[in-house]
Amino acid sequence: MSHSTKEFSNPVIRWIEYRLPIFSFIDSSVGTGYPTPRNLNYWWNFGSLAGVVLVIMILTGVMLAANYTANVGYAFESVERIMRDVNYGWLLRYLHSNGSSMFFIIVYIHMFRGLYFGSYKAPRELLWILGVFIILAMMATAFMGYVLPWGQMSFWGATVITNLFSAIPLIGESIVTWLWGGFSVANPTLNRFFAWHYLLPFILFALVFIHLWALHVHKSNNPLGIDAKGAGDMIPFHPYYTIKDTFGMGVFMIIYLSFVFFAPDFFGEPDNYIKANPMVTPPEIVPEWYFLPFYAILRAITFNIFFIPAKLIGVIAMFSSILILLFLPWLDRCKVRSARFRPLYKQFFWIFVLDTLILGYVGANPPQGLFIPIGQAATAYYFAHFLIIIPLLGVLEKTKPLPESISAAVTESGTSGKENG
Amino acid sequence: MIEQSMMQQPLDDGFPRRDFLFIATGTVAAAGTALAVWPLIHSMNPAADILAVSKTEVDLGPIEVGQRITVVWRGKPIFVDHRSPERIAQARADDKAELIDPQLDSERVQKDEWLIVIGICTHLGCIPLGQRTGDSRGDYGGWFCPCHGSHYDTSGRIRKGPAPKNLVIPPYTFTKNTTIKIG
Repeated sequence: MSHSTKEFSNPVIRWIEYRLPIFSFIDSSVGTGYPTPRNLNYWWNFGSLAGVVLVIMILTGVMLAANYTANVGYAFESVERIMRDVNYGWLLRYLHSNGSSMFFIIVYIHMFRGLYFGSYKAPRELLWILGVFIILAMMATAFMGYVLPWGQMSFWGATVITNLFSAIPLIGESIVTWLWGGFSVANPTLNRFFAWHYLLPFILFALVFIHLWALHVHKSNNPLGIDAKGAGDMIPFHPYYTIKDTFGMGVFMIIYLSFVFFAPDFFGEPDNYIKANPMVTPPEIVPEWYFLPFYAILRAITFNIFFIPAKLIGVIAMFSSILILLFLPWLDRCKVRSARFRPLYKQFFWIFVLDTLILGYVGANPPQGLFIPIGQAATAYYFAHFLIIIPLLGVLEKTKPLPESISAAVTESGTSGKENG
Repeated sequence: MIEQSMMQQPLDDGFPRRDFLFIATGTVAAAGTALAVWPLIHSMNPAADILAVSKTEVDLGPIEVGQRITVVWRGKPIFVDHRSPERIAQARADDKAELIDPQLDSERVQKDEWLIVIGICTHLGCIPLGQRTGDSRGDYGGWFCPCHGSHYDTSGRIRKGPAPKNLVIPPYTFTKNTTIKIG
C-alpha cells in the first residue's frame, strides 16, 4: 500500500504520524490519497456496503451474545427472553437476523457485479479468490448462527448439513460424530457452534482486510473494464466516493430497516419458533433463502454415476458450485473485462443470473414432479456456464472496440492524463 | 556443499553432522506439533459422559402386534416394529425385488416379528414418517422420509428415493424373551 505524502497541520496528528503513519495510511486507503476510477457506477457501492453490514452484524452479535445461553435447555428460552425482556433485545435480534439476509443480498450483487464487469481478470485474480474465501466463511458463519435459536429449523438444518459430511467415503461417519461431539446434533454441537459463530466473523474481518489490501494494489475495476491510463482517469476516493457510498448506505438502510421494523420475520421460517425436537422432523426442511440454489444443486443428483453414490455426487456438486469460482480467472480467456464490449457474454451473463434464480426457486420447493428435471437442467446449465460457455466465448467471441481511455469515454473532450493533471 | 565444508572445516565437524541435526530437529518438531494438535482435535469427539449413557433397555411386552414404538438411544430415535405375519410375509417376498442396498429380511432381524432399526434416514438424517397411525408409510408399507422422498419397505430397506442405504440396524441383544438391550 503506497502512502501519500500528505502533510498534516495538527501537531498531535504530526506527532503520532511521525511514529506510526496511521493517518497517511487512512488517507491513502479511503481518503484523498486513494485514486479511484472516475466512472464507477452504483454497482460499485456494494463492497463498502458489505463492510458496513459486517460491522453491524458484529456489533449486534456481541450484544446478543451477552444475553444468549448456549445450552439445549435454555437456548430457545434465552432467545425468547431477548425478544421480550431484554431492553431493545427485539431490535438487536431483528437487526442481526435480517442483517444476515441483507449481507447475502449485498454480497451476491457484489459477486454478480464482478462477473459482469470482469473484475476477476488479471491482475485481480487473487482479489477475486479472496472474495470466494469470504463467501465461504460467510456461509459457515450464517449456517452456525441459524442453529443458535434452537428451533426446529435450526436443529434439522444442522442435522441435514452436518450429515453432508457422512457422504465422504470411509471416514465420513467419524467426521460427523466428531463435528457433533456425540451421536446426534445435541448440546455439545450447540456449544461449539456458538463458539465458532463468534470466532468466524473475526476471521472474516481479517479476510476482508486482505481482500482490500489486494484491491488497493491495482485499484478498483470500472464499468469499462479498461486500465486507467493517467491521472485524468482517476478521482480521489474522498470526497467523491465517500459521499456516493454514504448515499447508497442511506438507501440501503431504508430497505434494511423496513424489514426490521415492518416485516422482521419475512426471511424466517415459522417452524423456527417451535423448539427443537430431535424426535420429530418438520414436514419440509428448507434452508435460509441464501442457500436455496446450492440446496437445489445438492438435491439435483438423484442417480449414481458408476460406483459413486448419488449422495456423494450431490455433495461434491454443491461444494463445486462455489469452488469453481476459484478457477474462473483462468476459465475465461477473454482479455476484455467488461460485458459492455462482449455482446455474447452479456447475454449469457443474464441467462446465468436467471439460472441461479431458477435454482433458488427449485430449492424452495419439495423435490417432486417437475421440480426434479428442472433442478437437474438448471444444475447442468450452472456448470456448463463455467466449463463450456465461458471458455468457448473466450476463443470465439468477437468483442467490440474498447475506448481509448476512461476519460475519453466518459467526457466529451476528455483525453486521458491531460486534464486534472 | 559437503566438498566445500571439508575444505573449510575439519571432517568430524562438517555439514553432514549439521544436516543430521537439522533433519532430526525438524522431525521432532513436526512430530511434536502433530502430537500437540491431537488433543485439540480429539477434544471435539464425544466426551466420556456422552459415551457412558450409550445403552438402552426396552421392554417389548406391552407392544401389540402391528404396533410401532419409538425409543431413544444415544439421542437417536430407534423404531421398534412388532410386525404382523402379513408384513413379515411382505418383507420376505420383497427379498426377491430389485433392491438398492440388497439384504435379506432374515439378515435384518433376530426374531421375525421384531424389526428394530435406527429411525434416521440414511440420506441426510431426517426422521422418516410411519411410526404414528395416519402417517404416510410410503409406497412399500414401511417408512417414508418427507425431507427428500425416500421410501423404505417393511424390512426398513431403501426402495426408492435418494437415500443410499437401508435403515441401520443398531447393535442389540435379547436379554429376556421380550426385553432387548440396545448398544
